[in-house]
Amino acid sequence: MKLAEKERISQEFKEKMDYDELLNCMRCGFCLPSCPTYIESGMDESHSPRGRIALMKAVVDGEIEPDEDVKRSLDLCLGCRACEPVCPSGVKYGHLLEQARNIIYQNNKQSLPEKAVRNIVFNHLFPKQNRMVSAASLLGFYQRSGLQKVARSTGIMNFFPESLRTMEKVLPSVPKKKDMKNRPNHLPAISVQKKRVAFFTGCLMDTVFMTTNDATMKLLQYAGCEIVIPNTQNCCGVLHGHSGEREKAKEMAKRNIEAFEGMNVDYIITNAGGCGAFLVDYNHLLKDEPEWMERAKNFSEKIKDITSILVELNFQQEHLELDNQIVTYQDSCHLKNGQKTFMEPRTLLQSIKGVKYVEMKDASRCCGSAGIYNIVESEMSMQILDYKMEQTKKTKAKTIVTANPGCLLQMKLGIEREGLSDTMQAVHIVDFLLEAYENTH
Amino acid sequence: MLSEQVKNKLITIVGTENVQDSKASLLAYSYDATPGFQSFPDIVVSPKNKQEISEIVKLCNEYQIPIVPRGSGSNLSAGTTPLHGGVVLLMKHLNNIIEIDEENLTVRTQPGVITQDLIQAVEVKGFFYPPDPSSMKISQIGGNISENSGGLRGLKYGVTRDYVMGLEVVLPNGEIIRTGGKLAKDVAGYDLTRLFIGAEGTLGIVTEATLKLIPKPETKKTMLALYQDIDAAARTVSAIIANRIIPATLEFLDQPTLKAVEDFAQVGLPTDVKAILLIEQDGNESVVNADMDKIAAICNQNKAVRVTIAETKEEAEALTSARRAALSALARLRPTTILEDATVPRSEIANMVKAIEEIAERNQVNICTFGHAGDGNLHPTCLTDIRDKEEMARVEKAFEEIFKKAIELGGTITGEHGVGAMKLPYLHLKAGEAGIEVMRGIKQALDPNQIMNPGKIFSLSDRNRVVVQK
Repeated sequence: MKLAEKERISQEFKEKMDYDELLNCMRCGFCLPSCPTYIESGMDESHSPRGRIALMKAVVDGEIEPDEDVKRSLDLCLGCRACEPVCPSGVKYGHLLEQARNIIYQNNKQSLPEKAVRNIVFNHLFPKQNRMVSAASLLGFYQRSGLQKVARSTGIMNFFPESLRTMEKVLPSVPKKKDMKNRPNHLPAISVQKKRVAFFTGCLMDTVFMTTNDATMKLLQYAGCEIVIPNTQNCCGVLHGHSGEREKAKEMAKRNIEAFEGMNVDYIITNAGGCGAFLVDYNHLLKDEPEWMERAKNFSEKIKDITSILVELNFQQEHLELDNQIVTYQDSCHLKNGQKTFMEPRTLLQSIKGVKYVEMKDASRCCGSAGIYNIVESEMSMQILDYKMEQTKKTKAKTIVTANPGCLLQMKLGIEREGLSDTMQAVHIVDFLLEAYENTH
Repeated sequence: MLSEQVKNKLITIVGTENVQDSKASLLAYSYDATPGFQSFPDIVVSPKNKQEISEIVKLCNEYQIPIVPRGSGSNLSAGTTPLHGGVVLLMKHLNNIIEIDEENLTVRTQPGVITQDLIQAVEVKGFFYPPDPSSMKISQIGGNISENSGGLRGLKYGVTRDYVMGLEVVLPNGEIIRTGGKLAKDVAGYDLTRLFIGAEGTLGIVTEATLKLIPKPETKKTMLALYQDIDAAARTVSAIIANRIIPATLEFLDQPTLKAVEDFAQVGLPTDVKAILLIEQDGNESVVNADMDKIAAICNQNKAVRVTIAETKEEAEALTSARRAALSALARLRPTTILEDATVPRSEIANMVKAIEEIAERNQVNICTFGHAGDGNLHPTCLTDIRDKEEMARVEKAFEEIFKKAIELGGTITGEHGVGAMKLPYLHLKAGEAGIEVMRGIKQALDPNQIMNPGKIFSLSDRNRVVVQK
């Protein structure tokens, strides 16, 4: 990092970091055992929440420069926020991390290729759903045309890092472009209508994971929901928010708020823990824009995870049944730590006849997926995943259930890496529930 | 700054991967859980065994470099803050339980084992290791020994000191000695084991400990007694003990503490009462039941407005865990939380509670009180803002008055957190100048070059009591 960059970053830390929140950390260390990177780094304080907060504060206080090591410490954070629920002082670590990363990325000059890629991904791809559809179709073309076979047989994939290579294998089959473009915008409740909800489709969920979105809407219908799906909504902006592209994230948040305003719904439903946690935080994201504050608050209060509304509507009392099997659940960090939803998925799974639910040790510890973390911090991510797979194997589960696309891919990756794809599967909870429901109805 | 030469020698001893000296790493080991104290070490070293520790100590002794042994840094008296720079010595690699001896009822352990892990490991085999500091989820046994940590079960079971039977210590000259052992009786010479317990790393480095175990109590019950009068709660504490009942735990929490804890833990603690007592008894079922009945009666006689007993093990566990979070939970109320652990004889607890209230009012500072009431060990915690110099001066004054009051009532300036750097200016109140002189003599005999955790407990060179604060 150049001196001028460091000076700019230091200056902005002084101006923009929430100092009261930094002081709120009283350094008791109660967060340490909850932090995956603290554990996996062999208890290195600079890779713990307490250490990272101390680093941020030291930069503000002018005690240290924001050098590569400081950046490294913040980069290696998964952002899983497991430290938040265990913090007796209630430090909002996620907010501090976001602020710090935003300042560093906005001021740290990236290499030209990195800059170009970031520009395409953050400014041109994710904010425009039609482009997401095109990009996903390209992937679909790759999978269907035989190119995938060619790529694998020629060994061209060996030029990619191991985690990416395996990831390429476990990606679901992408739907046809025509289907991805042709999405419903209103669905009636089946039988008695109990609630009117809007569905937040998400960018990846509505392309690569489209079948899971379809399953979500079916479950909502079965549970008695009328669904509206505004087609002006876009990506939630979480990738931007967590990668130091805060301004872009704000723009996207505003467009989503507009898209769902005046829909007159009870809830806005999501099926991706990562998106949901970012959506409930829009009021924080837009806290400096008075004209948006109230609107953001109204939006955020309506956000609800699919598992949460299903339990509210007593879906667990329906007759759900599957073949006899052991099932375990991997928490989505952001669903648990960001939206406090963790009992609901377990309640639903335990209500399925034939399912023997076995809780794995440390089920709420991050799986290492964390957005694009498993690609950019591959080594640490795989170390974390190895621990996770050890725990899942101990449960002897046939099915690992998750509630977020990132976690789902990561668990599939884990199964593939362990060579267990014949005996173990990873599924999104809505696909699993739908199968259990449709088996008996 | 360390010379390249010393750094290279350290690398030769422990390997590159176990030496850190980036600015970020040094910052990360510049503090512990004590507000207001921070100081950069020169290097952070993580040895793998006692031989490496011995070599490091010899090297530091030769070059007169300070060494600060550090566990998880949950210390509350700035005892692990490297005030004079030098080496921060991490014990994280020495993290094995060596042996659980079922015939002698002992456990032999390395210092880097997490307290709670040790407790759980022995409980699996039907044993009980009672010392349970609130930080037990993160604290290391080595740190507990060096600070002589207490905990919630101290009333009936004592503190860490009461369970240490033997130690292996690397002395400041690099020699390794073993003290005590698996012996119920041992009067062979001075009791060196006790000398190192609570020495705050100023006399040597504990590399192994033999700890006493007791059979795990058959059963346990947990009770909450609610009060609308703080004084009545405090009087109940004395009354229970005067009635020849020793509960395992007898904790006191005042209303502001209750509110903060409930805000975090959400376990259904009452927030509409002025104070509560959290009482636990363990042992044989019939004895526990009889004791709990008697305690309930005493609470009622002393104007408790309600007495409830936890229905399930989970509910009881939630209550005690919530209590352990009290200090950190209070931190949500103001930017800075400073706590003390003035301790008085049990019989004086009501007087001490009253005195704390008066002192807070007189100095116009906000003090919440919770703590191990049954031990006479309170944790008056001041909620303040370190940026407000004027208020901080009043806080300082209030604490000085609290210390003096505690001494006046026959108590001490610190019950379980240690003197460290934080209470160094007040040690003379308890130990007296002659007492401190004895401590200096012991220090001089073992550590003539004053490399072991300098600047803690008492000042060495002269009688000026200097506290480095920032």
